[in-house]
Amino acid sequence: MSVEATSDQSFTRTEMMIVAAARELAGQHVCFVGVGLPNIAVNLAKRTIAPDLELVYEAGVFGARPARLPLSIGDPTIVTGATAVTSMFELFAFYLQGGLIDVGFLGAAQIDRFGNINTTVIGGYLHPKTRLPGSGGACEIAINARQVFVIMRQGARSFVERIDFRTSPGNLGGAEQSERIRREEGWLGRGPSVVVTDLGIYHFDEHGEMRLDSLHPGATLDEVRATMGWEVRIAEALGTTPAPTAEELWLIREELDPEGAYTK
Amino acid sequence: MSGKVASMRDAIAELVRDGDTVAIEGFTHLISFAAGHEIIRQRKRDLVLARMTPDVIYDQMIAAGTARKLVFSWLGNPGVGGLHAIRRVTEGSEASLELEEYSHFGMVARYTAGAANLPFFPLRSYFETDLPVANPLIREIESPYGDGKVYAVPPLKPDVTIVHAQRASANGDAQVWGLLGCQKEAAFAAERVVVVVEELVDESIIRADPNRTIIPGLIVDAVVVEPWGAHPSYVQGRYDRDNRFYRDWDPISRDVEATEAWLREWVHDLGGRAGYVEKLGQDRLASLTPASAPSGVVDYGAYR
Repeated sequence: MSVEATSDQSFTRTEMMIVAAARELAGQHVCFVGVGLPNIAVNLAKRTIAPDLELVYEAGVFGARPARLPLSIGDPTIVTGATAVTSMFELFAFYLQGGLIDVGFLGAAQIDRFGNINTTVIGGYLHPKTRLPGSGGACEIAINARQVFVIMRQGARSFVERIDFRTSPGNLGGAEQSERIRREEGWLGRGPSVVVTDLGIYHFDEHGEMRLDSLHPGATLDEVRATMGWEVRIAEALGTTPAPTAEELWLIREELDPEGAYTK
Repeated sequence: MSGKVASMRDAIAELVRDGDTVAIEGFTHLISFAAGHEIIRQRKRDLVLARMTPDVIYDQMIAAGTARKLVFSWLGNPGVGGLHAIRRVTEGSEASLELEEYSHFGMVARYTAGAANLPFFPLRSYFETDLPVANPLIREIESPYGDGKVYAVPPLKPDVTIVHAQRASANGDAQVWGLLGCQKEAAFAAERVVVVVEELVDESIIRADPNRTIIPGLIVDAVVVEPWGAHPSYVQGRYDRDNRFYRDWDPISRDVEATEAWLREWVHDLGGRAGYVEKLGQDRLASLTPASAPSGVVDYGAYR
């Protein structure tokens, strides 16, 4: 694991990724929290930049106030002290499909340049090389949440020209097609708006394609290119992501993930 | 109290039959591992196992050879990784377990259609994805009111649904607090229902708090009293999720012999849940017991 040194703090790339993802939630109100890395990023945001964020868990909780960061997203700590516990039907039908979710925060195994996501299989469907978990709630979150945020580590096998299976739709074949289909079919979701990785932050340009807008401290464009299956677009005014603050690092290490379940 | 109260052995022997579609529901919370282990012990075969999140219990049941097919929406060991016994029979050219997969909302909608006696349930999901290709039972339909397309999923009506609850009366009126998952829908959709509880209570306890009843005895065939019966999953207010177990299962389940040895030691060689709980030991149980956080008391009022 690489450790970047700053004047008085060192941090890992995973920590930088979590911090950068949390900061993207500034100004957002209702967030549907996905399994894995989204869980720690959203909980960090709630403790820092977005204290009024309402956490929604697919297990059937609105307004969760987890006192600890759970290993699973169905942990009892998301219940105690929450605003409401609902059946899963109510959660998906009324809260998500009813249009109350501002941000769906997802992880992914494979993603393409337009933000289409695969979490189902690597290889063919019937005899896959690797069987992945499948949709869970991701498919309907991608369609019904107003925006989708993605957090995942970069790699040549995960950032690919063609995903092996489309589990959750992003900008489909590009912005024009995506906007047309979303309008014609009445989707509530506008699609993916940000992808945060261990190397940088991507937003989607006017073509609906991922564009590198900020490089994390210590990461290089060579590393970015070596871990993407297509010729990546890079912003003219490419920024550098501000390093994690001491407070953000303390929250991750001492409060949210003291055992390193997410950050190892 | 007697009513529908039965031993786990009798309930499973009588109500779960080879070839059945069996749903052991409970989303992370209240997963009846005790019932799953009894199904393994009784060597049931050719089951169609339905569950939103197969979890470690279905990994164990599939490792033990009880199932021919899996119906699901998210296949993993939450926070840990894959379910390796299931991966062994679903990957590569040797894949032998039949899969029928949906999204979470799709599975919930299937149980809802089953419970409500509907031919399908419509939802705004699956657009522009490969899921309807992988599973042709997910079908696009036109709104009869001329306002666009939605997707339909068929009803799921298990032969048997098994749920774990904090408490029930001998008649099977079951009360749950904490995550509710889709147990109510799965129970109402089923032909037969087994309720496993931490505690059997008098009917007056149920009637004092009717808002908490998710399943009425009307649809319940057997009530099994099995404290700690959901371990290593959890019961809100009673015991915590045993995350150590979920982590420990990963290396065990990667190895066929270790998996078989575990099933022998923790399932076949034990007569039932009481033996399992004793084997876990007091220290482990104590480490999983939470501090108290009671709800306020509500007043229903007496209207005469």
